[in-house]
Amino acid sequence: MSATARPSQDSLWTRLLLIGGTVGFLTLFLFVPLALVFTEALRKGLQVYAEAITEENALSAIKLTLTVTAISVPLNAVFGVAAAWAIAKFSFKGKSLLLALIDLPFAVSPVVSGLVYVLLFGARGLFGPWLDEHNIQIIFAVPGMVLATVFVTFPFVARELIPLMQSQGNDEEYAALSLGASGWQTFRKVTLPNIKWALFYGIILCNARAMGEFGAVSVVSGHIRGETNTLPLHVEVLYNEYNSAAAFACASILSLLGLLTLALKTFIEWRAGLRRRHS
Amino acid sequence: MSSKRPRSILPGFGLSLGFTVAYLGVIVIFPLIMVFFNASGLGWSGFWQTLATPRVLSACRLSFGLALLAGLLNGIFGLMIAWVLTRYRFPGRRFLDASVDLPFAMPTAVAGIALTALYAPNGWLGSLAKPYGIKIAFAPAGILIALVFIGLPFVVRTLQPVLEDFEIAQEEAAASLGATRWQTFRRVVFPQIVPALITGTTLAFARAVGEYGSVVFIAGNMPGKTEILPLLIITKLEQFDYPGATALAAMMLLISFALLLLINFLQRKSLGKNRA
Repeated sequence: MSATARPSQDSLWTRLLLIGGTVGFLTLFLFVPLALVFTEALRKGLQVYAEAITEENALSAIKLTLTVTAISVPLNAVFGVAAAWAIAKFSFKGKSLLLALIDLPFAVSPVVSGLVYVLLFGARGLFGPWLDEHNIQIIFAVPGMVLATVFVTFPFVARELIPLMQSQGNDEEYAALSLGASGWQTFRKVTLPNIKWALFYGIILCNARAMGEFGAVSVVSGHIRGETNTLPLHVEVLYNEYNSAAAFACASILSLLGLLTLALKTFIEWRAGLRRRHS
Repeated sequence: MSSKRPRSILPGFGLSLGFTVAYLGVIVIFPLIMVFFNASGLGWSGFWQTLATPRVLSACRLSFGLALLAGLLNGIFGLMIAWVLTRYRFPGRRFLDASVDLPFAMPTAVAGIALTALYAPNGWLGSLAKPYGIKIAFAPAGILIALVFIGLPFVVRTLQPVLEDFEIAQEEAAASLGATRWQTFRRVVFPQIVPALITGTTLAFARAVGEYGSVVFIAGNMPGKTEILPLLIITKLEQFDYPGATALAAMMLLISFALLLLINFLQRKSLGKNRA
């Protein structure tokens, strides 16, 4: 930055004003709430904090969150790879419609995402009587929570992989095949190494949303303490019981997860030059 | 596949497309279609009767009104933030850039209780407003704050690539022809980023209409006053008013689909403009 501003440059005062505005806005909306989570969590001391996150219901909430995530994220990762393979490597009719439909879950309110499964599998739902007869419970149980989580995290992996694989083209795969590799070998040794960062990126975003999802899971959970409460739902229960210290203690775990997600995401963007490349 | 098109020699087309379509159908399409199927069971008159109640109408006004306002605020502040992050170089820029995604990374319930505690009458910021008789949490102002929080990344992330690809030469040309910096921005830069700005604002609006987790704590949830649409759906479900919940859900889905079409249209338009 030279002393005389280039014609495409804003004046020093404009720059200072806008940078100040940006820092102020982000501080007010992002950093202060984040700081408050940790302050409130530790307000009654480390002992209360430790008790809040090792208490029985908190532990079972953590376990359930991990279970639901461990099922939904791999499902959507496999789907993402399959969808990207079909869409990026082949041409077929209806491709743009398929692309639009894959993004659909992002446009749906989380509450509606949960509701659709209540209408299917709830006691009064389409399959309700049949499920009841066979003693299978989906709503107000883990399967429903997995379904709702899969729905809200549906597009994450696919939408990272599809544009990347489209831009990479098929040449390397053709070369591998012509050298005698099998289809599976080609995928594993050629395609997968090419997409690994984008795949990891999508999985991280998918994972963060899966662990933090609230609205959709809330609709199908039934809120049975120690049984169908995930960590975000447990935070709600504690908060509504005016147990603020414990609520924020559990919220702080989720916040750390969010921060870790951001750090990994930034690292991958830097490592793989994904997304926006800064000049 | 038509025989005219060269057949790809890559394997796995049938398997991957079959799995994709089946999975999409079972998880997303079939359940969504069932919402409309159930709603159609109400008939048009039943559908309207469910929706045209004072409680639903006031929830609609609140949700759409505040989502629109939040979208506009995000448009203004998002433009400022995107401009600063792409155009200026200053210490801490990368950190600020990464932190813009915080609303995506933080679970909505965490954001919800943090904002509530912050703006409650005894909170850090709520207590500052209290002496002036201003209520933020448990009032529409609190809902607005939560919606601005959740929508912020959409505008910034939509604008950033457009601003980065913008040819500085155009600005220099305007300046060399005697335009002031403000004139250059208003007449040269702004018209070209309008499609992206509208796309980002629409994305933020669409997210805000359906948002639940970050809003439900700070809203106060008074029927007719601070009750948002998604909460009303949950309330109806809890009262086993399935037809009511279904009708509301069908309405919200129709609106999200319309917004999705609008966003797709805008994005195609903005892409075409950049290529030209």
